[in-house]
Amino acid sequence: MHPAFSVIFLTTLIGAGQGLFMALVTGQVYSLANLLAPQDSQSFYAMGALITATLLAGGLVAAVFHLGKPSYFITRAWRGMSQWRTSWLSRELIALPMFMLLVLAYAAVHYLGWTQIWFTIKGQIPVDASLVIGMLGVLMSVILFVSTAMIYASLKFLQEWHTALTVANFFLFGLASGFMLAAAFSAWMGIELVSFFGGWAVVFTVLAAITRAFSMLRNARIKHKSTLASALGIRHTKITQRSMGFMGGSFNTREFFHGQGPVVLAMARWFFVLNVFVFPVILLAASNLLESASLPVLAFVVQYLGLLAERWYFFAEARHPQNLYYQTVG
Amino acid sequence: MSQLALVIDLNVCVGCHACVTSCKEWNTSGWAGSLADQHPYDADPTGTFFNRVQSFEVGQYPNTETVHFPKSCLHCEEPPCVPVCPTGASYKRPDNGVVLVDYDKCIGCKYCSWACPYGVRELDEMQKVMKKCTLCIDRITDETLPEAERKPACVLACPTSARLYGDVHDPDSEASEAIRERGGYQLMPEWGTKPANHYLPRRKTRMQIFDDELERVDNPLKKEAPLPAAKGETLDDVAY
Amino acid sequence: MLDPAEHSDSDTGRVETKNTTCYMCACRCGIRVTLRDGEVRHIEGNPEHPLNQGVICAKGASGIMKQYSPARLTKPLLRRPGGERGDSDFEEISWERAFQIMQDRLSELRKNDPKQFALFTGRDQMQALTGLFAKQFGTPNYAAHGGFCSVNMAAGMIYTIGGSFWEFGGPDLDRAKLFVMIGTAEDHHSNPMKIALSKFKRRGGRFISINPIRTGYSAIADEWVPIRPGTDGALFLAIIHELIEQGLYDRDFMVNYTNAAELIDLDETSDEYGLFIRTTKPVEEGCFDPQNKLWWDRLTNSPVDVRHPDADPYLLGEYEIDGKPVKTAFQLIKERVAEYTVAWAEGITGIPAETIRRLAHEMGVIARDQKVELPIQWTDVWGQEHEKVIGSPVAFHAMRGLAAHSNGFQSIRAMSVLMSMLGTIDTPGGFRHKAPFPRPIPPCPKPPKSMDDVQPETPLNGMPLGWPADPNDLFVDDQGEPLRIDKAFSWEYPLSVHGLMHNAITNAWRGDPYRIDTLLLFMANMAWNSSMNTSQVREMLVDKDEEGEYKIPFLIVCDAFQSETVAFADLVLPDTTYLERHDAMSMLDRPISEYDGPVDSVRIPVVEPKGDCKPFQEVLIELGSRLGLPAFVNAQGQRKFRDYPDFIVNYETSPGSGIGFLSGWRGKGGEKFLKGEPNPRQWEMYAKNNCVYHHALPKSYQYMRNWNKGYLEWARAHGMTRYAEPINIQLYSEVLQKFRLAAEGKRPGRQPPARLRQRVATYFDPLPFYHESLESAQIDRHAYPLHALTQRPMAMYHSWDSQNAWLRQIHTYNYLYVSPKLGEAQGFDDGDWVWAESAHGKVRCMARFSESVEPGTVWTWNAIGKASGAWGLSNKANEAKQGFLLNHLIAEELPACEEGEHLSNSDPLTGQAAWYDVRVKVYKAMDNEPAVSFPQFKPQRRVAGQGTRRGKWQAYFAGMFRNKVHCK
Ligand SMILES: Nc1nc2c(c(=O)[nH]1)N[C@H]1C(S)=C(S)[C@@H](COP(=O)(O)OP(=O)(O)OC[C@H]3O[C@@H](n4cnc5c(=O)[nH]c(N)nc54)[C@H](O)[C@@H]3O)O[C@H]1N2
Ligand SMILES: Nc1nc2c(c(=O)[nH]1)N[C@H]1C(S)=C(S)[C@@H](COP(=O)(O)OP(=O)(O)OC[C@H]3O[C@@H](n4cnc5c(=O)[nH]c(N)nc54)[C@H](O)[C@@H]3O)O[C@H]1N2
Ligand code: SF4
Ligand code: SF4
Ligand code: SF4
Ligand code: SF4
Ligand code: SF4
Ligand SMILES: [Mo]
Repeated sequence: MHPAFSVIFLTTLIGAGQGLFMALVTGQVYSLANLLAPQDSQSFYAMGALITATLLAGGLVAAVFHLGKPSYFITRAWRGMSQWRTSWLSRELIALPMFMLLVLAYAAVHYLGWTQIWFTIKGQIPVDASLVIGMLGVLMSVILFVSTAMIYASLKFLQEWHTALTVANFFLFGLASGFMLAAAFSAWMGIELVSFFGGWAVVFTVLAAITRAFSMLRNARIKHKSTLASALGIRHTKITQRSMGFMGGSFNTREFFHGQGPVVLAMARWFFVLNVFVFPVILLAASNLLESASLPVLAFVVQYLGLLAERWYFFAEARHPQNLYYQTVG
Repeated sequence: MSQLALVIDLNVCVGCHACVTSCKEWNTSGWAGSLADQHPYDADPTGTFFNRVQSFEVGQYPNTETVHFPKSCLHCEEPPCVPVCPTGASYKRPDNGVVLVDYDKCIGCKYCSWACPYGVRELDEMQKVMKKCTLCIDRITDETLPEAERKPACVLACPTSARLYGDVHDPDSEASEAIRERGGYQLMPEWGTKPANHYLPRRKTRMQIFDDELERVDNPLKKEAPLPAAKGETLDDVAY
Repeated sequence: MLDPAEHSDSDTGRVETKNTTCYMCACRCGIRVTLRDGEVRHIEGNPEHPLNQGVICAKGASGIMKQYSPARLTKPLLRRPGGERGDSDFEEISWERAFQIMQDRLSELRKNDPKQFALFTGRDQMQALTGLFAKQFGTPNYAAHGGFCSVNMAAGMIYTIGGSFWEFGGPDLDRAKLFVMIGTAEDHHSNPMKIALSKFKRRGGRFISINPIRTGYSAIADEWVPIRPGTDGALFLAIIHELIEQGLYDRDFMVNYTNAAELIDLDETSDEYGLFIRTTKPVEEGCFDPQNKLWWDRLTNSPVDVRHPDADPYLLGEYEIDGKPVKTAFQLIKERVAEYTVAWAEGITGIPAETIRRLAHEMGVIARDQKVELPIQWTDVWGQEHEKVIGSPVAFHAMRGLAAHSNGFQSIRAMSVLMSMLGTIDTPGGFRHKAPFPRPIPPCPKPPKSMDDVQPETPLNGMPLGWPADPNDLFVDDQGEPLRIDKAFSWEYPLSVHGLMHNAITNAWRGDPYRIDTLLLFMANMAWNSSMNTSQVREMLVDKDEEGEYKIPFLIVCDAFQSETVAFADLVLPDTTYLERHDAMSMLDRPISEYDGPVDSVRIPVVEPKGDCKPFQEVLIELGSRLGLPAFVNAQGQRKFRDYPDFIVNYETSPGSGIGFLSGWRGKGGEKFLKGEPNPRQWEMYAKNNCVYHHALPKSYQYMRNWNKGYLEWARAHGMTRYAEPINIQLYSEVLQKFRLAAEGKRPGRQPPARLRQRVATYFDPLPFYHESLESAQIDRHAYPLHALTQRPMAMYHSWDSQNAWLRQIHTYNYLYVSPKLGEAQGFDDGDWVWAESAHGKVRCMARFSESVEPGTVWTWNAIGKASGAWGLSNKANEAKQGFLLNHLIAEELPACEEGEHLSNSDPLTGQAAWYDVRVKVYKAMDNEPAVSFPQFKPQRRVAGQGTRRGKWQAYFAGMFRNKVHCK
């Protein structure tokens, strides 16, 4: 597939945003359960949620550029929510703004200090508006993760994508980068949660490394169901395209090919493996030792850049069966 | 419910591209138009077409088959491109099974094209909406046209009549009959998309010649000059 | 969005439909043009047209993009004083000025030396008018595209069976069971061929394609027989050998309808050596093939008059008459092919001997055992009644794969002999004629005979193009040297019945045989794809003599588009497109006749001419009137015809002849056909009848027309032929033998110059024979081991479709298709840049591997490569940067040899351009070479009056070019 930068930014930005939000709520739950020190509503949760919202907004902007024309965002995008019964994309288009609303509400509640306790669960965990909204947000975030990932994973003939690993990857990459960002945010704010978030970030990064490794292994060995023989209905082992019927390219030659050689592909792979999985962990470990406030930020930045490459690679490695029909200019 | 479709006879398609440009011509000024061309007179011209004719070589010299292969939207009975569309712009008509795009609803997200394994949807790069073969919906349903012309432009154009058109749910249609009797098949059956369009395979007419067709009493050579008489001794002279 | 089912296209705008005839190629299909608010909305096949029956091809359906092309010329243009030829440095002028310039110049020439005006036309459809103009002007220097196109096909078959493939006849696939297609990629009958071929296949017919390349039609063949280029003659001769060996020939047909059983004088001492024995029996007046010949009767074992009612002739054998050795023509054929065994042919053609033998058996057995018998009574010219028409259902079709070789004439003769042996001439399921064919062998028109026939202020005595029957019909001087600028009808190419347009520029540039003053090119892209040796021809066009004068002083180009040739013009005449003008596809030229009878057709304008475009027909009539050419003015010297439509209606070949350009609805009220007084409402009647006049003959006149008394008399009565004589098939060609005898000095009258004697004697063999191509014989075949061919792409017409925004997306540039084995041997890969080099020149291009090409052959699509800046395209268009033209590799002249220094690279009999003889080597381009094709030329400039090129986007919506978003 042709990696579109709009989609790369969209998925990585909202993934990090969702992860960050889940990190915030996790932090809140932990502190409510007194497992962590409580944090300031305004400066930490509200700020954190605003960062989330910014990331989501960034994703939205990227998404606008994925539309045929940006103006469609205003004139037509609302239609995109109409097919939620069948379309994962439609579901994403619903989940994303709802999630954004919840995130903004969460920020508002924290900012305005509407944190009166409504009741306590088992006498231990006090439940307030922020927690309810936070939990709803987490739920919506999960739905959004699943929707986004299923956009890809549901396309059964894109065999590289059509696997639960795609959902796991999107989820874990989101969590890893989100928790990484939470750690960075904490470090930046000088809050003591760096190792808490950092620890989870490492856990998710390792898990993501495992699921991604599985998916890469799977994809390397994938046996494509469609062949030229099935595409044409001609039973023969040696079929070559002589002409695709036009010479100056078409939508079909632009949208479904990454257009890069194997070297670029291998470089992208190395780049993301190092930047997503290896360097951030090292940086976090280093920051732990050095108690640096900037290294976790660097770790996030590095990981995010890695994720851009990962997402690029994710598209590039998917081989669309339609390409069987578009192999030779002649 | 009827399911209109094309049946493409690879046995007679000569790869002339008549179906390609007649389609472009009809549709660019019609309901689905315009179909823009980019760099029309410059380097790398490219444009929106609903139908393409490709060529493949099967086998190795001298046993090569050259196959010309026209391809447009197959109007799948289980079209994966439709449910994925977030806006409902892509739809399958309930009355005749034609898969269409409503360009006023489409947001150009291209998702439907990803969901089509056949590579037949093309984003119009000027209007930025998804386009594809409409089965010439604006011709085939146009009751002001004489019956014989209520057919897709490509079907009317095709000089070898390699493009049959009809209702594949009606067992008596020309299309169904051709599928049944001439081995009609679907592309990429592995995905369960159930394309309505079918393809008819190549067929070979061969000839066998038996020896007795070459050795015959009516050989005209027998009418030519009598065989020269044997010179010298004959059996007649020596046998008793 | 509007529900499409609720909406009718005809509700949008003001809609009207008009019928006319397509001219996106020479096939002449009927089209129905739908206009919306006066702009072209849709062009479709006219379902009521006999030729295409409603279908249309890729080009036809893209006519809109030609009509609105940015390459269109709209103004008469004159090269700016001081501007250099080739620089497209023009000023717009008025038509009045253009006419004045031509009138001044041409009337001078006509007064002093009419041959200094030369008119050559490319792939046009109005040779009847252009030829008439040349004749009336008095210049012999006229020809159309035939010489570089397929004259071998016309001449080879017409000199043998009185008709031909190409636009004159074809295979009857309705009734054929076996169809053998040879060397055809697309051809002139493209839509009808496709219609017929698919019906044929669906009926279960067996289709064999003999072609080095498998694309297009060959793709759907039941059997592909890859052959080495230029060797088909060997294949046919081997098949003939096998047919004779097996007795698989149609004896009755050969006896009755060919000269196979006729006796030939083989007395080596005689002046009549190799001619038929003629009895003194008085010969009918004006007969072209007197029937005073002899058979050898089986019953009496003695000679007997041919067609003696009681005779039963031997087909084979050698006999003696009064001590003279004689043989039947078929005996000579048998002896000729004795050495041409299938094993021999395998070595030459690359086709396994077994395959050749099987092909022969298939043809012979089907022809013999699956006869088609139609219950149609007919009477032959000898008065015998036949209860039925019998056909052998083996049909052949061949085109330039046979024609465009220097041995093409003899190969085509061999094929014609093969077809005749199988009994397939004008029979059901075989070859069928199209009116006005069959014609006498050879047809009657003759070229002028000497310079005495070319006189100032006088029409040419003779036809500019004609059919020599013997050496006295040549157009040569007392030394036997050429008199035409293209050297047609000289001893170099005696039967060049379509001229040698491909040598006209080189000869004129060299002043050989003389200089000319004005060259008028109509519809011919001679600075590009229709010239051999293109790079140098472009130099010749701008070359100047010592006085600084262009060697070809004045060049007028009539084109509708900014072609490569337009850049070289001194005067450009902007023509209309086919949608803007009247045209007549006349019986006097190449009508669209069907097998069942004569058909002609017209074009009627559907839109207004763009800018100042003027139909070339109008130009000729205006010019003819201004110059006072007799056909165009009355006795007082006043203009006779208002305009072209008026001319078409009222012109008669001679006063009162009743024969004009159109054969339909003649007579005062349109009650007559073929012959009759002018009908003032003729155009209207064509318009009402789909622009076609179709005269279906009675069934009994539809077959065996070479010998069909009813038909021949009907044809004579309607002015189609001069004679109602039998047109016997000339398996043995006496015409050729007469030239050979002259070359051997055995014949009184004209004889070739000494240097050409051997050449004429060799190639004018009265029996078909195989020789390798002239180029192969002259150059080092080890250095240039490969054959290079071009093929017509179905979606492009020669050079003129690159301006078409839709078609150029299908063929934007071209590759050289090669066998992967070649790449392996030469160390290059699929898609690599390579050099293709001939003994004459080289091109750099990209290679594409293909398994569907004979490994000793490389090929590319014809005329896709363009000169940068031409055709309204940007300088960077792929056509110029990646596309290439094979013509740069092909020489227009052979290397100098004893026979002459400047012999055309053509068939030695007909002057047919030997495009497909070229041999090349192919090797990898160096890595540091630029990734553009070679040669490149200085980008051509747009000319005054050319519209602006639409920029990045073009969205056509029935005449509107804008971002129109679908109907609402
Ligand atoms: N679409 C389209 N149609 C056209 C034209 C066009 O430009 N475009 N041009 C028109 C004109 S002017 C003409 S003359 C006709 C020509 O019509 P064709 O004769 O069909 O045209 P070519 O493309 O020259 O095809 C020659 C074929 O002969 C094969 N060939 C070459 N050498 C040999 C040989 O030695 N032996 C055999 N057996 N085969 C050989 C080539 O592979 C090729 O397939 O087409 C007309 N129709
Ligand atoms: N290498 C190679 N060369 C070949 C051949 C080949 O097979 N291989 N084939 C040869 C053959 S068979 C032929 S017939 C020739 C064809 O050669 P041409 O007849 O020279 O070729 P075309 O490209 O058809 O272009 C003729 C010109 O007509 C112009 N034209 C188009 N429509 C109109 C019109 O309505 N009015 C006027 N006035 N002009 C118009 C075009 O713009 C173009 O400049 O090419 C020959 N050249
Ligand atoms: S061919 Fe593709 S676009 Fe057409 S219906 Fe099937 S899946 Fe949809
Ligand atoms: S591109 Fe248009 S039709 Fe396709 S999925 Fe998106 S909105 Fe639907
Ligand atoms: S049915 Fe109509 S839209 Fe579809 S390919 Fe044919 S002409 Fe084009
Ligand atoms: S028009 Fe017919 S023959 Fe030509 S490419 Fe299309 S399907 Fe094949
Ligand atoms: S075959 Fe030639 S005349 Fe017929 S539609 Fe095509 S371009 Fe026009
Ligand atoms: Mo031609």
